[in-house]
Amino acid sequence: MPGTSTPTGTRATRMLGVVTLAFTVWLVVFGLVVSAEDVVQGSTVRMMYVHVPSIWVAYVAFALTAVVSAVYLSGKNRSLAWDRVAGASAEIGVLFVAISLITGSLWGRLTWGTYWVWDARLTSTAFLFITYIGYLAVRGLGGSFRQRARRSAVLALLAVLEIPLVHFSVVIWRSLHQESTVANSGTDVELDGLMLFTLFLGIVTFTMLFAWMVLHRQRALALQDAVDSHGLDLAIKQRQQEAEVR
Amino acid sequence: MEHASFIIGSYVLTFGSIGLYVAWFLRRSRSIDKFLDDKDKPWT
Repeated sequence: MPGTSTPTGTRATRMLGVVTLAFTVWLVVFGLVVSAEDVVQGSTVRMMYVHVPSIWVAYVAFALTAVVSAVYLSGKNRSLAWDRVAGASAEIGVLFVAISLITGSLWGRLTWGTYWVWDARLTSTAFLFITYIGYLAVRGLGGSFRQRARRSAVLALLAVLEIPLVHFSVVIWRSLHQESTVANSGTDVELDGLMLFTLFLGIVTFTMLFAWMVLHRQRALALQDAVDSHGLDLAIKQRQQEAEVR
Repeated sequence: MEHASFIIGSYVLTFGSIGLYVAWFLRRSRSIDKFLDDKDKPWT
């Protein structure tokens, strides 16, 4: 948890964790209490402050996975640290897509009257989720660390091409899901100042949360890789420790 | 607040699932850390 001592933590991550926790509390208070209700949607607009930042973080996570995979494949720096950042980022991205799908489904039940429709945005987002589940499955296949890094990097560069498809699906196809409101100069929708601020606060908070999680998770993967590479030595050490306990 | 169960539920689900995921991998890190030396942790 943010702020506690862990083998993957440093002073910087602890500071980031504390600030992120404070921002999360701030977001919850503003999202659930302080921000105004929408003229049309009423209080259900409060779901926007977790739904939109979740898919934002998923996009960032998958983009980061692609960038570090490209760095690894380019051959300029073949450090496995890039691969671990890619794996950590994709895993966190999958979590945030799942959150976005579920919170969107709950929001859809209140505004559209149904949990799910086979709409372009919803279907393409579900496809994105399944693609990255596949990416994580490929990372779990056997072979050396180098083999894992190379095959998953290639897949990451292909999978990231889905993001524009998901994002622009509401423009390309007729969709029940609304188009972008804030990042779209073509709409006449105006967001109340406090609502806009809370949405921005959500995006900043979730981005910091993502940064904190990636830092810890990629170090956790480094520990796992170290254990896997030490193999037999560690198994013997573990058995010795177990024998001492008995 | 109208539809409070859906709204609060979506916040609980969001932060709850993040918390569970973080708790899972930090616990796992702690459990394997005792078998590793400091040289395996260049960030320390």
